[in-house]
Amino acid sequence: MTAPATAPAPVPEPGAAPSRRPRTGPRWPVRLAAAVLAALGLAVLLVPPLVQLDQQLVDLRSAGLPPSFEHPLGTDQVGRDVLLRSVYGLRVSFLVGLVAALVSMVIGGLVGLAAGSLGGVPDRLIMRVVDGFTSVPHLLFGIFIVAMFSPSPVAVVVSVGVTHWTTAARIVRSEVLSLRSRPFVEAAISGGAGRLRVVRRHLAPHLAPHLLLATVLMVPHAIWHETALSFLGLGLPAHLASLGNMINDGQRSLLAGDWWSSLVPGLFILVPTLAVAVLGQHWRDRLNPRLRSELSL
Amino acid sequence: MKNPPESPPGPVPPAAPPSTGGSSASKAPQALPGRPARRSSGLGASLARMAAWRLAFAVPLLLAVTAGMFALAQASPFDPVRQYLGDRAVVTDPAVVERIRANWGIDRPVLEQYATWLGNLLRGDLGDSRSLHLPVAQVIAERLPWTLLATSAAIVLMLAGSLVAGALAAWRRGSWLDRVIVGGAFANEAAPVFWLGLLAIWVFAVKLAWLPAGGLTDAASTAVEVGDVAAHMVLPVTVLAVSQSSWLVLYVRESVVGTLREDFVTGARARGLRERTVLVRHALRSALLPFLTLLGARVPELVTGAILVETVFSWPGVASASVHAALSADFPLLAALTLLGTLAVVGGNLLADAAYTVADPRVRVLGVG
Repeated sequence: MTAPATAPAPVPEPGAAPSRRPRTGPRWPVRLAAAVLAALGLAVLLVPPLVQLDQQLVDLRSAGLPPSFEHPLGTDQVGRDVLLRSVYGLRVSFLVGLVAALVSMVIGGLVGLAAGSLGGVPDRLIMRVVDGFTSVPHLLFGIFIVAMFSPSPVAVVVSVGVTHWTTAARIVRSEVLSLRSRPFVEAAISGGAGRLRVVRRHLAPHLAPHLLLATVLMVPHAIWHETALSFLGLGLPAHLASLGNMINDGQRSLLAGDWWSSLVPGLFILVPTLAVAVLGQHWRDRLNPRLRSELSL
Repeated sequence: MKNPPESPPGPVPPAAPPSTGGSSASKAPQALPGRPARRSSGLGASLARMAAWRLAFAVPLLLAVTAGMFALAQASPFDPVRQYLGDRAVVTDPAVVERIRANWGIDRPVLEQYATWLGNLLRGDLGDSRSLHLPVAQVIAERLPWTLLATSAAIVLMLAGSLVAGALAAWRRGSWLDRVIVGGAFANEAAPVFWLGLLAIWVFAVKLAWLPAGGLTDAASTAVEVGDVAAHMVLPVTVLAVSQSSWLVLYVRESVVGTLREDFVTGARARGLRERTVLVRHALRSALLPFLTLLGARVPELVTGAILVETVFSWPGVASASVHAALSADFPLLAALTLLGTLAVVGGNLLADAAYTVADPRVRVLGVG
């Protein structure tokens, strides 16, 4: 859904030079993504206070109903409304994902800053550790952490945070390395600014947008991890309406033919992830137009 | 008038330009006449140097991983014996509990446990799985072939599929085909793999009833037959391949779009070569080199995908065993499988580096690290 309305007019000759597209504001995928995210954000914020969801409510008379006017996306195997539960699930998953992304960004930011600004041997040592963490498959490590502790939001946050800070560390380090040799930083150092002052006054303002972008892009990934762990039965406690738990519950009734109880919650992962990816790409292009890729997103 | 490639006018060398891309190990030294012997020994030496460098990094890494696992297990609030006994823990004689504890060696100091475990590991003894009541080595030996079968089939399918899709999209850049492929790749990247798996089960196993929904063989069959396994493999392998492919499709597309603009492609077109030859022999070939390292770097994702796909399709491999081990807090099995996963990543990196060393002379001459 990303490419369709992109501005580059169909290039007749594949080998031709890239068409220079006139850019007048964001293109429609970007607008659509923003609208979708805004709508989901509103739903997540407003629906829970307005419509109460009894987590334990079981209504076997309306179990496994297909989508209808009363239940737009059907009911699950114990009669709970799938749409309402999905919104609640998105809320839980989003909160867990956001906290996990923030945790990994804080760890990664500090590590990257330390590596980039210290340089030399400490830098090489730190980057070896980063390489090491990258070498352990994320989900496997996450599974291990959760398995050793009880299935709880904290365990999920820790398992995602501890495995995903390496990206942020790399980004921050490389930014710091490139900033270090810029004239304004050299001038500050020549002027007698201390290491801490250089970091605070000159590096941090430049790092902030990059780190923020990395955080935003990390949230869907963290949500993905939460849902994957929950889907495996290793994430959030089973009674919580989280998207992963819902897919896990609905998995059993899928073979009986009711697709909505497992496939609908998945859409609540897919759609926001796609929207964030589109917006993130747009933002990255604006941060650094030179890196604008051939993918017209 | 079309000139055959052997008489190209002008400075553009016709067939050779991207040869670093696809040239295999045996071809690379031959391409440089004069000192083939020295070249090949240089290749061997740089391969050895690279492998040594990687191994020097791998040993401390694996040690750190095992130490980390033991530290986590030590910090765990779970009592493995209680976990093992389940409901029976209430009625079991405390003396029996103590005996189990002593048998597992978990009544001793953690450092001693760690040292024993490491020593046994070096001797090839991975301990016993507490949930499956089998030696861990036997569990892995029984399940690893199935995982290797499924993942290698998925890799082949993923490579073939993304090469074709990516090259097609680049060749017809801006067309509806390109848009469908790129849009599909982005949507695919956003879809969780377990969701894709369930979708595939619903469409192909429940609705169309073409393929079995899971397992290795038919529930009624008693023997493992090739055709039966093949039918059960189709869905998991395809889902795994598709879920891993979107990134590669986009990569191939971007790479080929870039090379289609190069002089040698224009040259090939100008000489009147067929479009397919230009695309496959010239553009695609030279876009392939970075592919090798990227593939090695994708092993962690592949492990992740295998865990989820094997679980969704009840595929009896090692990846789904790790979920089973985690659910039953089976430390010996989970630790061995985590170590195996890390080994796979390290091995993937090593293979990628080796392929790169073989394919690109610059890496060989300038060295690594």
